[in-house]
Amino acid sequence: MTLIDVVSLASLVACAGFFLAGTVGLLRFPDVYTRLHALTKADNLGLGLMVLGVALQAGSWAVALKLALIWLLVLAASTAVSHLVARAALRAGILPVTEVSLARDASCQPGPP
Amino acid sequence: MTMIALAFDGLLALTLIVLAWRTLASPDLHQAVVLLVAFGLQLSLAWVRLDAPDIALAEAAIGAGITGVLLMGALGQLADSADSAPSTPGPGAAIVPLQDESQRQHGTGPRVLLLLLTLMFAAALGTAVWQVMVSSDGLLPAVQAQMPASGVAHPVTAVLLNFRAYDTLLEMAVLMLALLGVLALSRTANPSWPEPSPVLTALARGLLPLVTLVAAYLLWRGSHAPGGAFQAGAVLAGALVLANLAGAPALPAYGALLRSAVALGLAVFVGVALVAMSLEGALLEYPSAIAGGLILLIEASLTLSIALVLTLLVTGVRAGETS
Repeated sequence: MTLIDVVSLASLVACAGFFLAGTVGLLRFPDVYTRLHALTKADNLGLGLMVLGVALQAGSWAVALKLALIWLLVLAASTAVSHLVARAALRAGILPVTEVSLARDASCQPGPP
Repeated sequence: MTMIALAFDGLLALTLIVLAWRTLASPDLHQAVVLLVAFGLQLSLAWVRLDAPDIALAEAAIGAGITGVLLMGALGQLADSADSAPSTPGPGAAIVPLQDESQRQHGTGPRVLLLLLTLMFAAALGTAVWQVMVSSDGLLPAVQAQMPASGVAHPVTAVLLNFRAYDTLLEMAVLMLALLGVLALSRTANPSWPEPSPVLTALARGLLPLVTLVAAYLLWRGSHAPGGAFQAGAVLAGALVLANLAGAPALPAYGALLRSAVALGLAVFVGVALVAMSLEGALLEYPSAIAGGLILLIEASLTLSIALVLTLLVTGVRAGETS
């Protein structure tokens, strides 16, 4: 395997790791806002690494530039969409989970927190 | 097929089945719509794996794009008109589920019977498709033999707009009928979208020229590669809906100009069919010297009409204009 293949493989494996991290964040974080953080940041970086890995194997500048354009478009769309989701959630009255709200919920409930 | 390709296809098929099950079984309608959009995207991946990129493009644009927006808009209107919404936060939880618990618990016997019948039908269908795939080339040799006479270089476009053009004409008529039905039923004002965020406006301002360019490129590309009128029209409809969401209503009022533009695709198609009948004696029998030009003309007007029809399906028209 040449150096390009090694770099390509490394970025694709890192991409899988970032997507896994984003999905774990989606499943485990407590509220909408922190989940949006995990999804947008980790998934966009993962997609960038995937584009890098695939573009190195592409064999022509045109294909590599098209892949980079796809990544930029996904960046723009997903950041705008995460802002809109957070805005809609705030307007629907969902408050972010903070230490204060966790402590308040813990003290209001009977039994161990 | 290599092991990796087989594993990928198997995982894709499993994902499709699980997504379909979760879409139908989720009590929260908002979640169901999002899962349906995800299902549409996985289905378009499945079409790519089956070597059908035209259908994949159409599925991604229409199934995952326009249908998602339509269903979200319908959910929004349901939420607006729900009298007794529970006070739990979250946009989707305000929708009252369609079934209550008592309906869910009886009827296990008929359900098992239905599951068995569905599995038998699926097995029969799978066996039939397997035998067709293994034993014959289908119509591919016949299409390839007629390609020089068709006027285009891509077999799917040749079939859609030349050999089976009658089907495409009727599809356009069905789209127009759907729009007429929606306009006849929609007596309310424009959907109550919230006033747009500046981020959405900036995104729309940046994306709209690019999306229009992509739609024109898809239209032109249909003559020699996967693309064509339906895909280009759906992408253009996405751009128009985005413009509406960003606060710039992109369509004029529903007057004579908009109505003629909506009817243009079907009118041009029928006009070409009648002219071809007078020249060659059979409906939609294009003179082979100008077949390519005629197909491009039909596809361009179809793109405009499809884009306008899909946009009007999503945005509706203001009450009082449909007379």
